[in-house]
Amino acid sequence: MKRIKTLETRDLKKSLNNGGCGECQT
Amino acid sequence: MVHQYKLNGYNIVLDIHSGSVHVVDDLAYDVIELYESLPAAEITERLLDKYRDHPDVTEAEIRDCLADVQELKDCGKLFSEDSYEDSVFDFKSRSTDIKALCLHVAHTCNLNCGYCFASQGKYKGDRALMSFEVGARALDFLIENSGNRVNLEVDFFGGEPLMNWDVVKQLVAYARGREKACNKNFRFTLTTNGLLLNDEVMDFANREMNNVVLSLDGRREVHDRLRKTYAGEGSYDLIVPKFQRFVQRRGEGEYYIRGTFTHGNIDFTNDLFHMLDLGFTKLSMEPVVCAPSDPYALTQEDLPKLFEQYEKLAKEMVRREREGSGFTFYHYMIDLEHGPCVYKRVSGCGTGTEYLAVTPWGELFPCHQFVGDPKYSMGNVFDGVTNRELREDFKLCNVYVRPECRDCWAKLYCSGGCAANAYHATGDIKGVYEYGCELFKKRMECAIMIKAAEAEMG
Repeated sequence: MKRIKTLETRDLKKSLNNGGCGECQT
Repeated sequence: MVHQYKLNGYNIVLDIHSGSVHVVDDLAYDVIELYESLPAAEITERLLDKYRDHPDVTEAEIRDCLADVQELKDCGKLFSEDSYEDSVFDFKSRSTDIKALCLHVAHTCNLNCGYCFASQGKYKGDRALMSFEVGARALDFLIENSGNRVNLEVDFFGGEPLMNWDVVKQLVAYARGREKACNKNFRFTLTTNGLLLNDEVMDFANREMNNVVLSLDGRREVHDRLRKTYAGEGSYDLIVPKFQRFVQRRGEGEYYIRGTFTHGNIDFTNDLFHMLDLGFTKLSMEPVVCAPSDPYALTQEDLPKLFEQYEKLAKEMVRREREGSGFTFYHYMIDLEHGPCVYKRVSGCGTGTEYLAVTPWGELFPCHQFVGDPKYSMGNVFDGVTNRELREDFKLCNVYVRPECRDCWAKLYCSGGCAANAYHATGDIKGVYEYGCELFKKRMECAIMIKAAEAEMG
């Protein structure tokens, strides 16, 4: 897109299916 | 929900519920701002008028931009809806597997800091050191209650944990001895004021501690104003050479030089720049936690100046990164590609559920900031969590339980904020510490701007 650059980000909607394991740091 | 802002020459658009971040030009910024409230024809008319002195902004250009915005909306990267609350999360059945302990190995301290939230390490109680037996039981309690989680975290905290150093070493050895059989991976952190650092402590910490947090407020006069010995002397000259030696010996190991700023140094970027001058490059600087009546408490009048400071810091980080002399500031270290999942973003830090603090006597509290408040005693490491009603209360602590957060663009970055700060500000763990919100939002805007700059640098 000419006027909009989208940065690479984690898709939060998809993280519903691949998240929630709880191994991340507190 | 969309949040738009301009900072350091970047026009940034955040799509809150998808996590998307867009960097746009002026025309696209205006199109997005009007997109949900006006029909396309009216947007075109308005922007043709606004940009009449810009020959490159034609009706066709605006039409193309409108089409791009619609395309992003269609693929869920702009104006996406909040679909998380009702369909996904059952907070009542939230896991209470524990994965982190703040181990208060010393309720005593060799400094007498004026602003200490822990009342000079005693937490409004008696001075005490944790015994090996209590500490080992705490580690067993953590292992027994961690379910299938592999990564377990223990922060050696106080007071001043180096005042109980032999027990710290024994507890690390005890945990290492249990890791393999239990399929656990312990990650240790040490938070220290540095007075008792010596080569033996440094070498052990560099072998065993995943992270060390070293308390330094910045410039000598700032640090010594509130971080005094019991003899009333400043501690800057005692600790800075030790921290420099520690960090030098630590190599690539993780560390943070961690300062506190107060009403007395709202120009805190000068303290961070001083830390850089001392050779430290991994920095953290936090607002003081204290009663509003304290003379060093931050005030409403300070807020605009603090915003300026955060922006100044972010711009300086970008400038130094471009020059090849970058540094890190804890709150600006965000990972857009591999950041937390939405479960974590909604449920927050885990205080009272997956994160607990342990006193020298083995009593359990939701986190270090609740220690010493009898209303928040949750049990002990021998009998486990006995105050189940309190744990249920913390299980329900999430971003959706706070009405003020529902329409806030930062809700999936802050998760509703710190429960302890909310409690101390409002008397309710499900309240909102608005001053902290304002600072947090500014920090996030700065952090994402830095990401935009990094993307431009390639």
